[in-house]
Amino acid sequence: MGVAAIEATGLVKTYRLGDVLVEALKGVDLSIRAGEFLAVMGPSGSGKSTLMNILGCLDRPTSGTYRLDGNEVGDLSRDGRAILRRSRIGFVFQGFNLLSRLSASENVELPMIYDGTPASARRERAEGALSSVGLADRAHHLPSQLSGGQQQRVAIARAIVNTPALILADEPTGNLDSVTSEEIMGIFQRLNDERGITLVLVTHEPDIARFAKRVIRFLDGRMVEDRPVADRHLPSTPRETAG
Amino acid sequence: MNLYSAGKVAFRSLRANKMRSILTMLGMIIGVAAVIIMVAIGEGANQRISAQIASVGSNLLLVLPGSTTSGGLRSGFGGAPTLTMADARAIGKELSSVRAASPTMRSSGPVVYGNQNWSTILQGAAPEFLEMREWNVVSGRNFTAQETEAASKVCLLGQTVSDYLFGTEDPVGKIVRIKRSPFTVVGVLDRKGQSPQGQDQDDVVVLPITTMQKKLSGSARAGSVGVIMVQAVDSDRVKEAEGQVVELLRQRHRIGAGGTDDFSVRNLSEMLALAESSTRIMSLLLGGIASVSLLVGGIGIMNIMLVSVTERTREIGIRMAVGARERDILSQFLIEAVILALTGGAVGILLGAGGAVLTSQLAGWTTVISPAAVVLAFGFSAAVGVFFGFYPARKASRMDPIEALRYE
Repeated sequence: MGVAAIEATGLVKTYRLGDVLVEALKGVDLSIRAGEFLAVMGPSGSGKSTLMNILGCLDRPTSGTYRLDGNEVGDLSRDGRAILRRSRIGFVFQGFNLLSRLSASENVELPMIYDGTPASARRERAEGALSSVGLADRAHHLPSQLSGGQQQRVAIARAIVNTPALILADEPTGNLDSVTSEEIMGIFQRLNDERGITLVLVTHEPDIARFAKRVIRFLDGRMVEDRPVADRHLPSTPRETAG
Repeated sequence: MNLYSAGKVAFRSLRANKMRSILTMLGMIIGVAAVIIMVAIGEGANQRISAQIASVGSNLLLVLPGSTTSGGLRSGFGGAPTLTMADARAIGKELSSVRAASPTMRSSGPVVYGNQNWSTILQGAAPEFLEMREWNVVSGRNFTAQETEAASKVCLLGQTVSDYLFGTEDPVGKIVRIKRSPFTVVGVLDRKGQSPQGQDQDDVVVLPITTMQKKLSGSARAGSVGVIMVQAVDSDRVKEAEGQVVELLRQRHRIGAGGTDDFSVRNLSEMLALAESSTRIMSLLLGGIASVSLLVGGIGIMNIMLVSVTERTREIGIRMAVGARERDILSQFLIEAVILALTGGAVGILLGAGGAVLTSQLAGWTTVISPAAVVLAFGFSAAVGVFFGFYPARKASRMDPIEALRYE
């Protein structure tokens, strides 16, 4: 899988805020190979969230092309993008974004509800995903009965349950303390190492970015830096040592 | 997403807001119950009128005597004996649009059997009378033309009279005394129930008109009759028959071009049709007013669904992010609205049916719950759910996932 998972060229995104045109992305070229672990950094308003929305097929660029796994996303309809999201992309948000009335395993089942997976297979796969983030014994808890770190792990389970090619994590540790943050980042590293899932992570914190393999930095809608992580934070437990 | 999962999701979110869901349904419940009760009352009234029309007989005209001028005094209709047996015979035989005519006479008097007596209406008529009124003889037979010719002392008892005088005994062949003359009971009439005016039509003894004229009324009015009942050949020719009867009687009574008729013709079916159409209008009106509350219930659903969509913006965003298509979101909210409407509708139907039964027991009105009305009410509830749920559901499905995820 050395091929490019993401191939974006000349991405421009303009918004209209009242009478003012805001240029959130001013021509971004980005290529991410399958299996990469990329951290996106930059101050607020630098365009990194806009980039994430476009990469996540939640939004379309004003101009430029974006190919995910060889699919030209720009040509897809709203529904086409929805189908692409549920089959190829997993999302992890800063605020967890779990449905509060559903149990952990039901939250994990959510993407499968929309692709018509039979109920028994859904349950089995949800339990598998939960146990791979170490929450097998919390499957029937409601989000309100879980700690922040546990909630984020449920969200990760939901993101991986449809075996996506790409996981987009938007400040996944923003609401967590440093110890829990490291746990969560460890899980991401493991998914990247063991399953070869491509990961794109938005973060403000340099410490968190050090878990990735490559860092890009945004400023005012442009990519101003693109470098490999030199002092990479390696997984702490021996079992999870990257090879 | 299949219908089953969608239904489960919808049920869950409705259950999460129990009080709100119940209050929203209450609007539908009241609306549907009101429609069911009103339609049941209207249908009941219609059915009673139809039964009464059937009990009177179809395509009937009544020729009433009266309005002769004698010495400057004009008596009202029915006041003077201007119609004769010959008039009745002529109407029955000479007119193409008339199927049959029967002279009739009414008086009242006591009927005695053994130690029982009962004061009732005495109805003199020709043998055709029963057939014209679509009145069957349940036991025994009708009196014959010969018995009419001979003014025989035979009679038919209405159910009420039979019940009071004979109880469970069979009256056929027994002798009763009417105004002291002995009469043989030849038959018992079928039950007819109330007339449109609310009289008991079974409280009657029917006997040959000739017998009544000769044996019961004295000689003063020999040959004259009360009302002549006329039946047209079919419903399309009732008007024509009316014209022909008027023309014939004016001829027979030698009334000139400018003269005043000494009789009048009433169209019975027309009067009843009028009564029928007025109850129909009333039941439409009742149903219409009740439908307004159904509309209000629908607006209540729309209102709550709009609130619910706004409240759950973030949930919609999450569902979209994990791959829900527009139609998945649309169907989720639409199904919620339809479940609200249908559950409300079903409860409303039960409540309405109970209310209709209660109305008929407390107020004594006839109410009829037709399956068609129930099916219609249920279908209408579903339609209300879809109609009023569509706008909020569409609003939800058209949300921008990015905006929705950012919603606090």
